[in-house]
Amino acid sequence: MIQFNHVKKIYESNLTHALHDISFVIEDGEFVFLVGPSGSGKSTIIKLITAEERMTSGGILVGDYDLAKLRKRKVPYLRRTLGIVFQDFRLIENRTVRGNLEFAMRVVGSPNKVIKERIPYVLDLVGLSEKADCYPNEISGGEQQRVAIARALVNNPKTIIADEPTGNLDPERSYELMCLLEKINQLGTTMLVVTHERDLVNCFNKRVISIDKGLVTSDMENGLYDYETI
Amino acid sequence: MRRFNFGYYIKEGFHGAGSHGFMTFAAITIMASCLVIMGSFVLLAMNLEHNLNALMAENEFLAYVDDSYTDEEGAQLGAQIGAIENVASYRYITREEALADYVGEVEDDSLYADLPASVLRGRFSIQVTDISQLPDTISQVRAVEGIAKISAALDVANGFVTLRNVTVVIALIMVVVLVVVSFFIISNAIKLATSGREGEIAIMKMVGATNAFVRWPFVVEGILLGLGSAILATLVQWGVYQLLMQAVNVYSHVQLINIIHFEDLVLPLMVCFGSIGLIVGVLGSLITIRKFLRV
Ligand SMILES: Nc1ncnc2c1ncn2[C@@H]1O[C@H](COP(=O)(O)OP(=O)(O)OP(=O)(O)O)[C@@H](O)[C@H]1O
Ligand SMILES: [Mg+2]
Repeated sequence: MIQFNHVKKIYESNLTHALHDISFVIEDGEFVFLVGPSGSGKSTIIKLITAEERMTSGGILVGDYDLAKLRKRKVPYLRRTLGIVFQDFRLIENRTVRGNLEFAMRVVGSPNKVIKERIPYVLDLVGLSEKADCYPNEISGGEQQRVAIARALVNNPKTIIADEPTGNLDPERSYELMCLLEKINQLGTTMLVVTHERDLVNCFNKRVISIDKGLVTSDMENGLYDYETI
Repeated sequence: MRRFNFGYYIKEGFHGAGSHGFMTFAAITIMASCLVIMGSFVLLAMNLEHNLNALMAENEFLAYVDDSYTDEEGAQLGAQIGAIENVASYRYITREEALADYVGEVEDDSLYADLPASVLRGRFSIQVTDISQLPDTISQVRAVEGIAKISAALDVANGFVTLRNVTVVIALIMVVVLVVVSFFIISNAIKLATSGREGEIAIMKMVGATNAFVRWPFVVEGILLGLGSAILATLVQWGVYQLLMQAVNVYSHVQLINIIHFEDLVLPLMVCFGSIGLIVGVLGSLITIRKFLRV
């Protein structure tokens, strides 16, 4: 569960009011699109969830973690409950697909036995079993993003958070990727996807939270991406 | 899940040091040079201290009796000398005995063989209880009627003390300066180790690595640099010391200067170099990677 309660965020460096008053609840197992124009504060919401930034006021709950009280030392453990995917993939170039996944598991101290079992399963899930020994620059953008999703998934997080995961992909790859995210969601992982792509959102009939200028403008089940109406 | 992944840290640390070999080489060489310069002053100070102690350990001085006294009259002064508080024991040496000693000490004794004993003076050899009160005791002995002259190694000792103090101060300054220099060298090496890996570190943080986990490989690398420098420095120091020792032995025919054998110094030296290397290595890497861990 992710809960935002009247969250306000002002960036200290330039006093930008990125979020004014954001409230919503995402229950376990939901699939939610977060949409809104550029600069509306979508990435800021993601950064608050991952504790990369701290809120100025309000309250955020992420699973068992109350971010208002979260001590710095606990941040890594919060992040282990989240799988994070970015537009630019962020793979390690000098490690293979398998190496990237293994690295993510080592980092959180998984034993070898678990690593050996988990990686083939996750690679199969994202359809990349054949590419396990390729380096990131040897595979396509869509495949790289699937590796990033596999990495987000490999430590068995409760929630996957994706910030414009299809931003660098053509429409067809984007659609495939969204289908993959839907499949992962159906296996039990909560999904929060930030996107700009109207057609894609309208295709999937999921809950859509729209924000603009730091405020929630609509929050609807089976919603459409349509911020022109605002 | 929270076990300490020792093998991983060591492997990554070595990997880091190896992946930018030239900087590793430069860091170790420069830091070892710093240690050797530092070590040289410390060893010099230790040698001076050693010689000083040897000098002070001779808690004996000579008091010459006035020429006009006969040996019998001179020996009578012993009672007065023995009464001085700090005097542990004394012995009167007659002119004949003094001449015999003197001739015995000189290699080519034929030169002095027919020297008349009367050119020498009778003397007391005096031992003191407390060496630190030597100057006081000397002036008390000098005050005794009939004592003409005192011969003690006091002036030499004073010179040594000054030299030793100066060397210790220089050694301390050197230690501070060179520790700072070494610190920057290590810090730069670690900075190089982290450059190009910011992305990797950010990914580690993103998937939930603890700061300790990110830090350890770099700390291990710092430790490797520090210990590597310490080992190299010990070897070089050994070579330098042997050369200097030979030089000193060649130039001082009289064995005035007593040099400590390197074998007796090598252990404390290694401990010293090792701990400085460790501390500088660990701190240097910790402080350098701190800024990468804020995410
Ligand atoms: N680190 C930062 N420091 C200062 N201001 C920031 C920072 N990050 C974002 N902002 C500002 O906060 C506001 C919201 O930015 P945010 O990145 O959340 O927008 P976004 O909805 O993700 O936009 P986009 O769709 O272009 O990615 C913007 O005005 C931006 O300039
Ligand atoms: Mg954004």
